Amino acid sequence: MKKFLSGNEAFAEGIRLARPQVISAYPITPQTIVVERLSEMVEDGSLNAEYVHVESEHSALSCAIGASAAGARAFTATSSQGLLYMAECLYYAAGGRFPIVMMNADRSTALPWNIYGDQRDSLSQLDSGWIQAYAENAQEALDLALMSYRIAENKEVSTPFMANLDGFVLTHTYETVDIPDREQADRFLPPYETDNRIDFENPKNMAFSAGPDTNYIFKYKEHEGILAAKKAIIDTEKEFAEIFGRKYTGLTENYRTDDAEYIIVTLGSIAGLCRETADKLRENDIKAGVVRIRYMRPFPNEEISDVLRNARAYAVLEKDISFGNEGTVFTNVNSALKKTGLNVKGYNYIGGLGGRNISAADIEKIYTDIAKGTESVNFIGIGGEDNGK
Amino acid sequence: MANKVAESISREEFFYGHKACAGCGGSLAVRAALKVLGPNAVSVLPAGCMSAVGFNFPQLCFSNNSIISTFAGTASMLTGVEAGLRARGYKDFTAVGFAGDGGTADIGIQALSGAIDRNDNIIYICYDNEAYMNTGIQKSGLTPFGAKTTTTPAGKNIHGNIRPKKNMFEIAAAHDIPYAATASVGYIYDFIQKVQKASQIQGTKYIHVIAPCPTGWGVAPDETVEIAKEVVDCGLWYLAEYENGGFKLNHKPKEFTSVESYLKKQGRFRHLTDEDIQVITASRDKKWEFISKNFVI
Repeated sequence: MKKFLSGNEAFAEGIRLARPQVISAYPITPQTIVVERLSEMVEDGSLNAEYVHVESEHSALSCAIGASAAGARAFTATSSQGLLYMAECLYYAAGGRFPIVMMNADRSTALPWNIYGDQRDSLSQLDSGWIQAYAENAQEALDLALMSYRIAENKEVSTPFMANLDGFVLTHTYETVDIPDREQADRFLPPYETDNRIDFENPKNMAFSAGPDTNYIFKYKEHEGILAAKKAIIDTEKEFAEIFGRKYTGLTENYRTDDAEYIIVTLGSIAGLCRETADKLRENDIKAGVVRIRYMRPFPNEEISDVLRNARAYAVLEKDISFGNEGTVFTNVNSALKKTGLNVKGYNYIGGLGGRNISAADIEKIYTDIAKGTESVNFIGIGGEDNGK
Repeated sequence: MANKVAESISREEFFYGHKACAGCGGSLAVRAALKVLGPNAVSVLPAGCMSAVGFNFPQLCFSNNSIISTFAGTASMLTGVEAGLRARGYKDFTAVGFAGDGGTADIGIQALSGAIDRNDNIIYICYDNEAYMNTGIQKSGLTPFGAKTTTTPAGKNIHGNIRPKKNMFEIAAAHDIPYAATASVGYIYDFIQKVQKASQIQGTKYIHVIAPCPTGWGVAPDETVEIAKEVVDCGLWYLAEYENGGFKLNHKPKEFTSVESYLKKQGRFRHLTDEDIQVITASRDKKWEFISKNFVI
């Protein structure tokens, strides 16, 4: 069934099809519409879930952890300050191996206050142990919602899943979205089964302490679990394509990269404009390509080094800055190349902070700048003629 | 009374082999409550004394399903556990939280208020040892006036803690909670009865049990029960319930024992002057005036 939906609404439709048993809800712009739609679905009976009105984001995730420990499929959603407020629980959920799914509407972090989209919130939590996916459009958002539980609940993975949607640009933009059938969705996603839960036949002590003798073993297993998501993502997407006909490309999505000399590596909704710009430049014989990172964790080390291997230069375009260093995506991409001994010139472009527009002209300038060589870290809009004005 | 307790309570143990200090009042409260609630209790304990002494992998000390929550998240995790089990079709279980005074009155009060507001079907038991004992005796919102802790030293200028305890019982009651009660491990039968009663009531239940910490209070390990009785007998604590919108006093001492005697046998109060003791006694009398006006006695 086709419907005209915003990114948030599409994601909520995907969650309805995933049949979560417990939803903990707390509002924050620009995520709020997700929990509003879910409350309507519970009210009209199209979603049979316990809907809990928690009093904070910390409690939203704490409640979801409790529900997951009870063996229930749990969902929550947040953004920005809310994600930071629940940060303690992010690490807790991952360490406890609770495959909760959470949508995060990527938004700027205070100060200064700003409700618009950048990716500094979720990228600051890369080390929390969650799988992190970044959607580009509303259809991918819906499909991710459905696939996320299959990946997170995979026995080898058992790791929570954060699906990131660019605030406003994706969460509030309407597109035509294909909503899968209920029967197909149920065939794709069976009910959650786990041993990692409260069990009255065989009582458990959960979320315990582990001292220096054993702690590292649990942490190593946690690392193995999120690495196992690489295969689970590929397998899940394959089965998804068989049932629903839509194909996804794993941890990254490449565009005209086979013969590309200049490649922009980016993530989220800006990728579309990058592809259009690459097409335009190719008309002028500039061999431009785009790599869209779909998953920041597990990180696509091999995919990135393979695709950038033959390029003359690459730019990482990201809505993030790790103050005092560079964009975090840039650091991760550079590390992927370093590990394989590749020496391709790379540049970092920081843009879109606090929702500032990144234009086609900005992107075109990235391609032409990296062909000539430029500063290592560049802030779009700062320096040059307008110098941030 | 002792025989009645022995007859009524299960011989089964659910919390044993743990590393609590000798004479720990908190572990006594947890042990007794779980005996009442039985094997289908699911306990949630935040970071704090009871989780620190009971959950050291591979030495896990609960024989019922139990889980540590974040420090602030006792009530919200209880909510999730209760909702999750109910969503999975379970009916015959009790979700029970055991949090200390800091975990309840300070860092966990927001989540607790949220749970009471939703009227989630949980029992929340605050074992109150009147300071952050797990980290080494720091002042909490439930440390009483005058108590010496490692963050409220008793010196010439300041005689320990300068603020009275928050009244968590009345804070819970102000939410119009279905059931709230105060108790003391010194009156264990009263506590057991209240846990039993709470397990029969639908909605949120809050029980606040005084649980002395010999290490933090400066009393001998074999004085826990005596000092927990004495705090009630001298009137600085009281045994009461809130139900159907009204307060009820369960136990009225005929005449109070000496406040000074209660205070002076504890290391944490030994520095108090006669004036300090007068302040404490006056606040006790004011509280009892309130109780006599507002509680069914």
